[in-house]
Amino acid sequence: MADATTQLDGNCLAGPLSEILSVEPTTAWWRCPECARSGPLAELHVYGPEPGLTARCPGCAHIALRLVREGEHIWLTMGGGTGAFRFATSP
Amino acid sequence: MGIAWRRARLLERRSQTATARTLVLTAPDWPGHLPGQHVDVRLTADDGYQAVRSYSLAAPADGDRIELGVQAVDGGEVSPYLTDGLPVGAEVEVRGPLGNWFVWRAEQTEPALLVAGGSGVVPLTAMVRAHRAARSRGPLHLLYSVRSPEDVWYRDHLADGDPLLDVRIMYTRQAPPGSVRPPGRITTADLDEATARLKPASPVYVCGPTGFVEAVDNLLIDRGRDPVTIRTERFG
Amino acid sequence: MTSFSPGFQGRGRRLTDRLPPGQYPTESFPVLSAGPTPRVPTETWSFTVTTELGATHSWTWDEMMALPQQETTHDIHCVTRWSKFDTQWRGVPLDAFLEDVETAADYAVVSSYGGYTTNLPLEDLLDGKAWIVHTYDGYPLSPEHGGPARLLVPHLYFWKSAKWVRGLTLTHEDEPGFWESAGYHNYGDPWREQRNWGD
Repeated sequence: MADATTQLDGNCLAGPLSEILSVEPTTAWWRCPECARSGPLAELHVYGPEPGLTARCPGCAHIALRLVREGEHIWLTMGGGTGAFRFATSP
Repeated sequence: MGIAWRRARLLERRSQTATARTLVLTAPDWPGHLPGQHVDVRLTADDGYQAVRSYSLAAPADGDRIELGVQAVDGGEVSPYLTDGLPVGAEVEVRGPLGNWFVWRAEQTEPALLVAGGSGVVPLTAMVRAHRAARSRGPLHLLYSVRSPEDVWYRDHLADGDPLLDVRIMYTRQAPPGSVRPPGRITTADLDEATARLKPASPVYVCGPTGFVEAVDNLLIDRGRDPVTIRTERFG
Repeated sequence: MTSFSPGFQGRGRRLTDRLPPGQYPTESFPVLSAGPTPRVPTETWSFTVTTELGATHSWTWDEMMALPQQETTHDIHCVTRWSKFDTQWRGVPLDAFLEDVETAADYAVVSSYGGYTTNLPLEDLLDGKAWIVHTYDGYPLSPEHGGPARLLVPHLYFWKSAKWVRGLTLTHEDEPGFWESAGYHNYGDPWREQRNWGD
Protein backbone atom coordinates (compact mmCIF):
# COMPACT_ATOMS: atom_id res chain seq x y z
CA MET A 1 0.00 0.00 0.00
CA ALA A 2 1.09 3.57 0.34
CA ASP A 3 4.39 4.81 1.67
CA ALA A 4 3.58 8.47 1.88
CA THR A 5 1.10 10.67 3.56
CA THR A 6 -1.78 10.28 1.27
CA GLN A 7 -5.39 9.25 1.00
CA LEU A 8 -6.06 5.63 1.75
CA ASP A 9 -9.20 3.90 2.86
CA GLY A 10 -10.60 2.14 5.88
CA ASN A 11 -8.86 -1.13 5.00
CA CYS A 12 -5.64 0.30 6.48
CA LEU A 13 -7.37 0.82 9.85
CA ALA A 14 -7.59 -2.95 10.38
CA GLY A 15 -4.20 -3.23 12.09
CA PRO A 16 -4.29 -0.15 14.34
CA LEU A 17 -7.90 -0.75 15.41
CA SER A 18 -7.16 -4.43 16.12
CA GLU A 19 -5.09 -3.21 19.06
CA ILE A 20 -8.15 -1.86 20.85
CA LEU A 21 -11.07 -3.80 19.36
CA SER A 22 -11.73 -7.50 19.70
CA VAL A 23 -13.58 -7.83 16.40
CA GLU A 24 -12.46 -7.23 12.82
CA PRO A 25 -13.22 -3.55 12.21
CA THR A 26 -13.23 -3.07 8.43
CA THR A 27 -16.61 -4.75 7.98
CA ALA A 28 -18.22 -2.52 10.61
CA TRP A 29 -21.18 -0.58 9.23
CA TRP A 30 -21.16 3.20 9.52
CA ARG A 31 -23.79 5.81 8.71
CA CYS A 32 -22.75 9.41 8.17
CA PRO A 33 -24.64 11.75 10.50
CA GLU A 34 -24.09 14.59 8.03
CA CYS A 35 -25.22 13.20 4.65
CA ALA A 36 -26.79 9.85 5.66
CA ARG A 37 -24.53 7.83 3.35
CA SER A 38 -23.78 4.42 4.78
CA GLY A 39 -21.37 1.60 4.15
CA PRO A 40 -18.56 -0.45 5.69
CA LEU A 41 -15.66 1.13 7.54
CA ALA A 42 -13.38 -0.21 4.78
CA GLU A 43 -14.84 2.31 2.32
CA LEU A 44 -14.14 5.40 4.41
CA HIS A 45 -11.53 7.75 3.00
CA VAL A 46 -8.51 7.78 5.29
CA TYR A 47 -5.81 10.45 5.44
CA GLY A 48 -2.48 9.81 7.10
CA PRO A 49 -0.78 7.81 8.51
CA GLU A 50 0.91 10.84 10.08
CA PRO A 51 0.41 12.79 12.26
CA GLY A 52 -2.65 10.58 12.71
CA LEU A 53 -5.25 8.63 10.76
CA THR A 54 -8.33 10.65 9.90
CA ALA A 55 -11.23 8.63 8.47
CA ARG A 56 -13.89 10.58 6.60
CA CYS A 57 -17.19 9.96 4.86
CA PRO A 58 -16.55 9.13 1.18
CA GLY A 59 -19.56 11.26 0.28
CA CYS A 60 -19.20 14.50 2.22
CA ALA A 61 -15.84 14.24 4.06
CA HIS A 62 -17.49 14.44 7.50
CA ILE A 63 -15.10 12.94 10.07
CA ALA A 64 -15.92 9.39 11.16
CA LEU A 65 -12.96 8.82 13.47
CA ARG A 66 -9.40 9.86 14.23
CA LEU A 67 -6.64 7.65 15.54
CA VAL A 68 -3.30 8.84 16.91
CA ARG A 69 -0.49 6.58 18.08
CA GLU A 70 1.65 7.60 21.02
CA GLY A 71 4.15 4.90 21.97
CA GLU A 72 2.18 2.26 23.84
CA HIS A 73 -1.02 4.23 23.61
CA ILE A 74 -3.65 4.76 20.96
CA TRP A 75 -5.88 7.81 21.02
CA LEU A 76 -9.29 7.29 19.48
CA THR A 77 -11.70 10.13 18.74
CA MET A 78 -15.06 9.17 17.31
CA GLY A 79 -16.76 11.59 14.95
CA GLY A 80 -15.71 15.16 14.45
CA GLY A 81 -16.23 16.33 18.00
CA THR A 82 -13.79 16.50 20.82
CA GLY A 83 -13.33 13.90 23.54
CA ALA A 84 -10.54 11.46 22.88
CA PHE A 85 -10.08 8.07 24.52
CA ARG A 86 -6.50 7.06 25.24
CA PHE A 87 -6.14 3.27 25.23
CA ALA A 88 -3.08 1.52 26.59
CA THR A 89 -1.95 -1.22 24.22
CA SER A 90 0.27 -4.14 25.08
CA PRO A 91 3.73 -4.00 23.53
CA MET B 1 -4.29 -7.55 22.88
CA GLY B 2 -5.24 -7.57 19.25
CA ILE B 3 -3.18 -9.19 16.56
CA ALA B 4 0.36 -9.83 17.70
CA TRP B 5 3.46 -8.68 15.90
CA ARG B 6 5.51 -11.65 14.78
CA ARG B 7 8.91 -11.91 13.22
CA ALA B 8 9.08 -12.83 9.57
CA ARG B 9 12.27 -13.77 7.74
CA LEU B 10 12.95 -12.74 4.15
CA LEU B 11 13.45 -15.93 2.12
CA GLU B 12 13.52 -14.50 -1.36
CA ARG B 13 13.02 -11.27 -3.27
CA ARG B 14 11.79 -11.32 -6.88
CA SER B 15 11.73 -8.34 -9.21
CA GLN B 16 8.35 -7.72 -10.85
CA THR B 17 9.24 -4.45 -12.57
CA ALA B 18 12.16 -2.02 -12.30
CA THR B 19 10.78 -0.71 -9.00
CA ALA B 20 8.44 -3.46 -7.77
CA ARG B 21 9.38 -6.57 -5.84
CA THR B 22 7.72 -9.64 -4.46
CA LEU B 23 9.03 -10.44 -1.00
CA VAL B 24 8.68 -14.05 0.09
CA LEU B 25 8.82 -14.29 3.86
CA THR B 26 8.41 -17.04 6.36
CA ALA B 27 6.30 -16.17 9.38
CA PRO B 28 6.36 -18.96 12.00
CA ASP B 29 2.90 -20.14 13.11
CA TRP B 30 1.20 -18.03 10.45
CA PRO B 31 -2.56 -18.61 10.93
CA GLY B 32 -3.39 -18.47 7.22
CA HIS B 33 -5.29 -15.73 5.41
CA LEU B 34 -7.89 -14.96 2.77
CA PRO B 35 -7.09 -13.62 -0.70
CA GLY B 36 -7.27 -9.82 -0.59
CA GLN B 37 -6.06 -9.46 2.98
CA HIS B 38 -3.01 -7.43 3.96
CA VAL B 39 -0.39 -7.26 6.70
CA ASP B 40 1.19 -4.38 8.54
CA VAL B 41 4.98 -4.38 8.37
CA ARG B 42 6.92 -2.74 11.20
CA LEU B 43 10.52 -1.61 10.86
CA THR B 44 12.63 -0.57 13.84
CA ALA B 45 15.76 1.58 13.62
CA ASP B 46 18.69 1.25 16.05
CA ASP B 47 17.49 4.26 18.02
CA GLY B 48 14.07 2.67 18.56
CA TYR B 49 12.25 4.70 15.90
CA GLN B 50 9.52 2.62 14.28
CA ALA B 51 7.62 2.90 11.04
CA VAL B 52 4.56 0.85 10.08
CA ARG B 53 3.07 0.43 6.60
CA SER B 54 0.45 -1.90 5.14
CA TYR B 55 1.19 -4.28 2.25
CA SER B 56 -1.15 -6.62 0.46
CA LEU B 57 -0.57 -10.35 0.36
CA ALA B 58 0.07 -11.50 -3.22
CA ALA B 59 -0.51 -15.23 -2.75
CA PRO B 60 -3.13 -17.42 -1.10
CA ALA B 61 -2.39 -19.10 2.22
CA ASP B 62 0.59 -21.48 2.03
CA GLY B 63 1.70 -22.64 5.47
CA ASP B 64 4.18 -20.20 6.99
CA ARG B 65 5.08 -18.61 3.65
CA ILE B 66 3.66 -15.20 2.82
CA GLU B 67 4.26 -13.09 -0.27
CA LEU B 68 4.07 -9.32 -0.24
CA GLY B 69 4.00 -7.06 -3.27
CA VAL B 70 5.93 -3.84 -2.69
CA GLN B 71 6.27 -0.88 -5.04
CA ALA B 72 9.17 1.43 -4.19
CA VAL B 73 7.83 4.94 -3.73
CA ASP B 74 10.27 7.72 -4.56
CA GLY B 75 11.36 9.30 -1.30
CA GLY B 76 9.36 6.73 0.66
CA GLU B 77 10.55 5.85 4.12
CA VAL B 78 9.68 2.16 4.17
CA SER B 79 9.13 0.85 0.63
CA PRO B 80 12.66 1.45 -0.77
CA TYR B 81 14.10 -0.34 2.26
CA LEU B 82 11.84 -3.32 1.61
CA THR B 83 12.42 -3.42 -2.15
CA ASP B 84 16.19 -2.99 -2.04
CA GLY B 85 17.59 -2.66 1.48
CA LEU B 86 16.38 -5.53 3.65
CA PRO B 87 18.92 -8.37 3.38
CA VAL B 88 17.70 -11.84 2.46
CA GLY B 89 17.71 -13.87 5.69
CA ALA B 90 16.95 -10.82 7.85
CA GLU B 91 13.73 -10.28 9.76
CA VAL B 92 11.02 -7.69 9.93
CA GLU B 93 7.92 -7.69 12.09
CA VAL B 94 4.53 -8.37 10.56
CA ARG B 95 1.00 -8.25 11.93
CA GLY B 96 -1.88 -9.97 10.25
CA PRO B 97 -3.80 -11.16 8.43
CA LEU B 98 -5.82 -7.92 8.34
CA GLY B 99 -9.09 -6.86 6.78
CA ASN B 100 -12.21 -8.93 6.14
CA TRP B 101 -13.91 -6.58 3.71
CA PHE B 102 -11.74 -6.65 0.60
CA VAL B 103 -11.57 -10.46 0.40
CA TRP B 104 -12.57 -13.16 -2.06
CA ARG B 105 -13.51 -16.53 -0.64
CA ALA B 106 -13.09 -19.81 -2.47
CA GLU B 107 -16.73 -20.72 -1.75
CA GLN B 108 -17.84 -17.79 -3.92
CA THR B 109 -18.80 -19.62 -7.09
CA GLU B 110 -20.57 -16.76 -8.90
CA PRO B 111 -18.66 -14.88 -11.60
CA ALA B 112 -16.55 -12.01 -10.31
CA LEU B 113 -14.76 -9.05 -11.86
CA LEU B 114 -11.40 -7.80 -10.63
CA VAL B 115 -10.18 -4.37 -11.78
CA ALA B 116 -6.55 -3.47 -11.06
CA GLY B 117 -4.65 -0.25 -11.56
CA GLY B 118 -0.85 -0.56 -11.35
CA SER B 119 0.28 -2.07 -8.03
CA GLY B 120 -3.39 -2.59 -7.15
CA VAL B 121 -2.96 -5.93 -8.88
CA VAL B 122 -1.27 -7.37 -5.77
CA PRO B 123 -4.31 -8.44 -3.68
CA LEU B 124 -6.22 -9.32 -6.88
CA THR B 125 -3.39 -11.70 -7.85
CA ALA B 126 -3.90 -13.51 -4.55
CA MET B 127 -7.57 -13.91 -5.56
CA VAL B 128 -6.62 -15.19 -9.04
CA ARG B 129 -4.20 -17.72 -7.57
CA ALA B 130 -6.71 -18.88 -4.96
CA HIS B 131 -9.39 -19.18 -7.65
CA ARG B 132 -7.14 -21.45 -9.71
CA ALA B 133 -6.74 -23.80 -6.75
CA ALA B 134 -10.46 -23.82 -5.83
CA ARG B 135 -12.44 -26.97 -6.51
CA SER B 136 -15.71 -25.50 -7.76
CA ARG B 137 -15.31 -22.24 -9.56
CA GLY B 138 -17.18 -19.58 -11.45
CA PRO B 139 -15.52 -17.49 -14.14
CA LEU B 140 -13.16 -14.74 -13.00
CA HIS B 141 -12.37 -11.68 -15.11
CA LEU B 142 -9.38 -9.47 -14.47
CA LEU B 143 -9.03 -6.04 -16.08
CA TYR B 144 -5.52 -4.78 -15.41
CA SER B 145 -4.55 -1.22 -16.28
CA VAL B 146 -0.82 -0.43 -16.51
CA ARG B 147 1.30 2.23 -18.20
CA SER B 148 3.40 0.01 -20.45
CA PRO B 149 4.42 -3.64 -20.91
CA GLU B 150 7.41 -3.15 -18.54
CA ASP B 151 4.99 -2.31 -15.73
CA VAL B 152 3.13 -5.63 -15.67
CA TRP B 153 3.45 -7.60 -12.42
CA TYR B 154 2.93 -11.36 -12.07
CA ARG B 155 2.90 -12.21 -15.79
CA ASP B 156 3.40 -15.89 -14.99
CA HIS B 157 0.39 -16.00 -12.67
CA LEU B 158 -1.96 -14.12 -14.96
CA ALA B 159 -1.50 -15.87 -18.30
CA ASP B 160 -1.70 -19.63 -18.21
CA GLY B 161 -4.63 -20.59 -20.42
CA ASP B 162 -7.04 -21.26 -17.54
CA PRO B 163 -10.47 -21.39 -19.28
CA LEU B 164 -12.21 -19.89 -16.22
CA LEU B 165 -9.85 -16.92 -15.99
CA ASP B 166 -10.10 -14.09 -18.45
CA VAL B 167 -7.30 -11.53 -18.16
CA ARG B 168 -7.23 -8.31 -20.16
CA ILE B 169 -4.25 -6.01 -19.76
CA MET B 170 -4.93 -2.44 -20.81
CA TYR B 171 -2.02 -0.10 -21.45
CA THR B 172 -2.46 3.58 -20.68
CA ARG B 173 0.69 4.99 -22.36
CA GLN B 174 2.35 2.41 -24.53
CA ALA B 175 0.86 -0.84 -25.79
CA PRO B 176 2.90 -3.77 -27.12
CA PRO B 177 3.16 -4.06 -30.92
CA GLY B 178 0.06 -5.57 -32.50
CA SER B 179 -2.32 -4.44 -29.75
CA VAL B 180 -5.85 -3.84 -30.98
CA ARG B 181 -6.78 -1.51 -28.14
CA PRO B 182 -5.12 1.90 -28.44
CA PRO B 183 -3.26 3.08 -25.32
CA GLY B 184 -5.46 4.99 -22.92
CA ARG B 185 -7.19 4.98 -19.60
CA ILE B 186 -9.88 2.49 -18.76
CA THR B 187 -13.19 3.32 -20.44
CA THR B 188 -16.85 2.44 -20.19
CA ALA B 189 -16.36 0.17 -23.22
CA ASP B 190 -13.61 -1.78 -21.41
CA LEU B 191 -15.87 -2.28 -18.41
CA ASP B 192 -19.03 -3.05 -20.41
CA GLU B 193 -17.40 -6.02 -22.07
CA ALA B 194 -16.44 -7.42 -18.67
CA THR B 195 -19.63 -6.61 -16.76
CA ALA B 196 -21.75 -8.13 -19.54
CA ARG B 197 -20.68 -11.53 -18.24
CA LEU B 198 -21.65 -10.75 -14.65
CA LYS B 199 -24.94 -11.21 -12.86
CA PRO B 200 -26.49 -8.16 -11.20
CA ALA B 201 -25.30 -9.32 -7.77
CA SER B 202 -21.83 -10.47 -8.87
CA PRO B 203 -19.02 -8.88 -6.89
CA VAL B 204 -16.56 -6.41 -8.39
CA TYR B 205 -13.21 -5.77 -6.69
CA VAL B 206 -11.36 -2.57 -7.61
CA CYS B 207 -7.86 -1.82 -6.36
CA GLY B 208 -5.32 0.80 -7.33
CA PRO B 209 -4.38 4.44 -6.83
CA THR B 210 -7.13 6.62 -5.41
CA GLY B 211 -7.83 8.42 -8.69
CA PHE B 212 -8.09 5.13 -10.58
CA VAL B 213 -10.42 3.58 -8.02
CA GLU B 214 -12.70 6.63 -8.01
CA ALA B 215 -12.83 6.69 -11.82
CA VAL B 216 -13.67 2.98 -12.13
CA ASP B 217 -16.19 3.19 -9.30
CA ASN B 218 -17.95 6.10 -11.04
CA LEU B 219 -17.94 4.37 -14.44
CA LEU B 220 -19.46 1.24 -12.92
CA ILE B 221 -22.17 3.13 -11.05
CA ASP B 222 -22.94 5.25 -14.15
CA ARG B 223 -23.57 2.00 -16.05
CA GLY B 224 -26.10 0.92 -13.41
CA ARG B 225 -23.92 -1.36 -11.31
CA ASP B 226 -25.31 -1.63 -7.78
CA PRO B 227 -22.77 0.12 -5.49
CA VAL B 228 -23.33 -2.61 -2.90
CA THR B 229 -21.60 -5.10 -5.22
CA ILE B 230 -18.42 -3.01 -5.58
CA ARG B 231 -15.57 -3.40 -3.11
CA THR B 232 -12.63 -1.05 -3.33
CA GLU B 233 -9.16 -0.69 -1.93
CA ARG B 234 -7.10 2.45 -2.45
CA PHE B 235 -3.32 2.51 -2.59
CA GLY B 236 -2.25 6.08 -1.97
CA MET C 1 20.89 -2.81 18.13
CA THR C 2 17.61 -4.40 17.18
CA SER C 3 17.74 -7.82 15.64
CA PHE C 4 15.16 -7.09 12.97
CA SER C 5 15.12 -4.73 10.00
CA PRO C 6 18.95 -4.38 10.05
CA GLY C 7 20.16 -1.22 8.42
CA PHE C 8 16.79 0.53 8.60
CA GLN C 9 17.41 4.10 9.73
CA GLY C 10 14.06 5.66 9.02
CA ARG C 11 15.69 8.74 7.61
CA GLY C 12 19.25 9.92 7.92
CA ARG C 13 19.67 11.46 11.37
CA ARG C 14 22.35 14.05 12.08
CA LEU C 15 22.61 15.97 15.26
CA THR C 16 23.09 19.68 15.07
CA ASP C 17 22.23 22.44 17.47
CA ARG C 18 19.57 23.53 15.00
CA LEU C 19 17.75 20.26 15.39
CA PRO C 20 15.27 19.86 18.26
CA PRO C 21 15.32 16.51 20.12
CA GLY C 22 14.04 13.57 18.09
CA GLN C 23 14.04 15.43 14.77
CA TYR C 24 15.90 14.69 11.51
CA PRO C 25 16.67 17.20 8.75
CA THR C 26 15.08 16.87 5.34
CA GLU C 27 15.54 18.63 2.03
CA SER C 28 12.06 17.73 0.85
CA PHE C 29 8.84 19.34 2.00
CA PRO C 30 6.51 16.49 2.96
CA VAL C 31 2.78 17.08 2.59
CA LEU C 32 0.67 15.85 5.49
CA SER C 33 -3.06 16.00 5.32
CA ALA C 34 -6.05 15.13 7.44
CA GLY C 35 -8.61 15.68 4.71
CA PRO C 36 -9.21 16.72 1.14
CA THR C 37 -7.22 19.72 -0.08
CA PRO C 38 -9.49 22.78 -0.29
CA ARG C 39 -9.20 24.91 -3.43
CA VAL C 40 -9.82 28.49 -2.36
CA PRO C 41 -9.77 31.19 -5.06
CA THR C 42 -8.18 34.43 -3.88
CA GLU C 43 -11.28 36.26 -5.21
CA THR C 44 -13.39 34.71 -2.44
CA TRP C 45 -10.67 34.33 0.22
CA SER C 46 -10.98 36.33 3.40
CA PHE C 47 -9.37 36.41 6.81
CA THR C 48 -11.52 37.24 9.82
CA VAL C 49 -10.56 37.98 13.41
CA THR C 50 -13.43 37.44 15.86
CA THR C 51 -13.05 38.78 19.39
CA GLU C 52 -14.29 37.16 22.58
CA LEU C 53 -17.23 39.61 22.45
CA GLY C 54 -18.16 38.62 18.90
CA ALA C 55 -16.79 41.69 17.13
CA THR C 56 -15.33 40.81 13.71
CA HIS C 57 -12.57 42.34 11.62
CA SER C 58 -12.17 41.01 8.05
CA TRP C 59 -9.68 41.37 5.23
CA THR C 60 -10.13 40.40 1.60
CA TRP C 61 -7.16 39.05 -0.35
CA ASP C 62 -6.44 42.48 -1.83
CA GLU C 63 -6.70 44.16 1.57
CA MET C 64 -4.32 41.60 3.05
CA MET C 65 -1.87 42.14 0.19
CA ALA C 66 -2.05 45.91 0.79
CA LEU C 67 -0.73 45.49 4.35
CA PRO C 68 3.05 45.81 4.88
CA GLN C 69 4.67 42.56 3.66
CA GLN C 70 7.68 40.86 5.24
CA GLU C 71 10.21 38.35 3.90
CA THR C 72 11.05 35.89 6.65
CA THR C 73 13.30 32.81 6.85
CA HIS C 74 12.86 30.02 9.43
CA ASP C 75 13.60 26.46 10.38
CA ILE C 76 10.37 24.50 10.67
CA HIS C 77 9.79 21.37 12.72
CA CYS C 78 7.04 18.83 12.06
CA VAL C 79 5.84 16.60 14.88
CA THR C 80 6.33 13.64 12.50
CA ARG C 81 10.06 14.24 13.10
CA TRP C 82 11.23 16.03 9.98
CA SER C 83 12.77 19.46 10.23
CA LYS C 84 13.48 21.75 7.32
CA PHE C 85 16.05 24.51 7.60
CA ASP C 86 15.96 28.01 6.11
CA THR C 87 12.49 27.97 4.62
CA GLN C 88 11.67 31.30 2.99
CA TRP C 89 8.26 32.92 3.23
CA ARG C 90 6.54 36.16 2.41
CA GLY C 91 3.48 37.44 4.20
CA VAL C 92 1.97 39.69 6.82
CA PRO C 93 2.82 39.48 10.55
CA LEU C 94 -0.21 38.76 12.72
CA ASP C 95 0.57 41.97 14.60
CA ALA C 96 -0.79 43.90 11.60
CA PHE C 97 -4.17 42.15 11.86
CA LEU C 98 -4.44 42.43 15.64
CA GLU C 99 -3.20 46.00 15.97
CA ASP C 100 -6.65 47.62 16.09
CA VAL C 101 -8.51 44.72 17.69
CA GLU C 102 -9.82 45.35 21.22
CA THR C 103 -9.39 42.19 23.25
CA ALA C 104 -8.72 40.91 26.74
CA ALA C 105 -8.42 37.30 25.55
CA ASP C 106 -5.42 35.12 26.31
CA TYR C 107 -5.97 32.45 23.66
CA ALA C 108 -6.75 32.07 19.99
CA VAL C 109 -8.37 29.30 17.94
CA VAL C 110 -7.19 29.42 14.34
CA SER C 111 -9.62 28.05 11.76
CA SER C 112 -9.12 26.95 8.19
CA TYR C 113 -11.04 26.37 4.99
CA GLY C 114 -11.84 22.66 5.13
CA GLY C 115 -12.64 22.71 8.86
CA TYR C 116 -9.19 22.34 10.47
CA THR C 117 -8.57 24.18 13.74
CA THR C 118 -5.60 24.68 16.05
CA ASN C 119 -5.22 26.60 19.31
CA LEU C 120 -2.44 28.65 20.83
CA PRO C 121 -1.87 31.38 23.39
CA LEU C 122 -2.42 34.80 21.84
CA GLU C 123 1.07 35.92 22.84
CA ASP C 124 2.53 33.24 20.53
CA LEU C 125 0.94 35.05 17.59
CA LEU C 126 2.28 38.52 18.49
CA ASP C 127 5.58 40.42 18.49
CA GLY C 128 6.80 39.09 15.15
CA LYS C 129 6.38 35.42 16.09
CA ALA C 130 3.68 34.53 13.52
CA TRP C 131 2.62 35.46 9.98
CA ILE C 132 -0.11 34.89 7.44
CA VAL C 133 2.05 33.76 4.50
CA HIS C 134 1.10 33.48 0.83
CA THR C 135 4.49 32.96 -0.84
CA TYR C 136 6.98 30.12 -0.31
CA ASP C 137 10.45 30.12 -1.87
CA GLY C 138 9.44 32.97 -4.18
CA TYR C 139 6.32 31.28 -5.55
CA PRO C 140 2.65 31.50 -4.61
CA LEU C 141 1.92 28.92 -1.92
CA SER C 142 0.43 25.79 -3.52
CA PRO C 143 -2.86 24.35 -2.25
CA GLU C 144 -1.02 21.21 -1.00
CA HIS C 145 1.07 23.40 1.30
CA GLY C 146 -1.89 25.46 2.46
CA GLY C 147 -2.26 28.05 -0.29
CA PRO C 148 -3.53 30.56 -1.00
CA ALA C 149 -2.48 31.48 2.56
CA ARG C 150 -1.46 29.67 5.72
CA LEU C 151 -0.48 30.60 9.22
CA LEU C 152 3.25 30.40 9.99
CA VAL C 153 4.24 29.92 13.63
CA PRO C 154 7.75 28.51 13.25
CA HIS C 155 8.60 28.28 16.96
CA LEU C 156 5.92 25.60 17.51
CA TYR C 157 5.45 22.21 15.81
CA PHE C 158 4.25 22.77 12.30
CA TRP C 159 0.69 21.49 12.85
CA LYS C 160 0.10 24.84 14.56
CA SER C 161 0.89 26.58 11.25
CA ALA C 162 -2.64 26.00 9.94
CA LYS C 163 -2.98 25.56 6.18
CA TRP C 164 -5.77 27.31 4.24
CA VAL C 165 -6.18 29.78 7.09
CA ARG C 166 -9.46 31.72 7.13
CA GLY C 167 -9.61 33.30 10.55
CA LEU C 168 -8.96 33.26 14.25
CA THR C 169 -11.25 33.53 17.22
CA LEU C 170 -10.01 35.08 20.45
CA THR C 171 -11.05 33.23 23.61
CA HIS C 172 -10.64 33.44 27.37
CA GLU C 173 -10.28 29.68 27.68
CA ASP C 174 -7.82 27.49 25.81
CA GLU C 175 -9.93 25.34 23.46
CA PRO C 176 -8.09 22.35 21.95
CA GLY C 177 -8.10 22.22 18.14
CA PHE C 178 -8.16 19.35 15.62
CA TRP C 179 -5.00 17.48 16.67
CA GLU C 180 -4.85 18.88 20.20
CA SER C 181 -8.21 17.22 20.93
CA ALA C 182 -7.08 13.90 19.44
CA GLY C 183 -3.93 13.19 21.43
CA TYR C 184 -1.39 15.83 20.46
CA HIS C 185 0.14 18.33 22.87
CA ASN C 186 -1.78 21.48 23.61
CA TYR C 187 1.21 23.80 23.12
CA GLY C 188 3.71 21.90 20.98
CA ASP C 189 7.18 23.33 21.68
CA PRO C 190 9.65 21.28 19.61
CA TRP C 191 12.59 22.18 21.86
CA ARG C 192 10.80 20.67 24.86
CA GLU C 193 9.59 17.83 22.63
CA GLN C 194 5.95 18.44 23.48
CA ARG C 195 4.51 15.99 20.95
CA ASN C 196 1.64 14.27 22.74
CA TRP C 197 -0.80 15.31 25.42
CA GLY C 198 1.23 13.85 28.27
CA ASP C 199 4.65 15.22 27.23
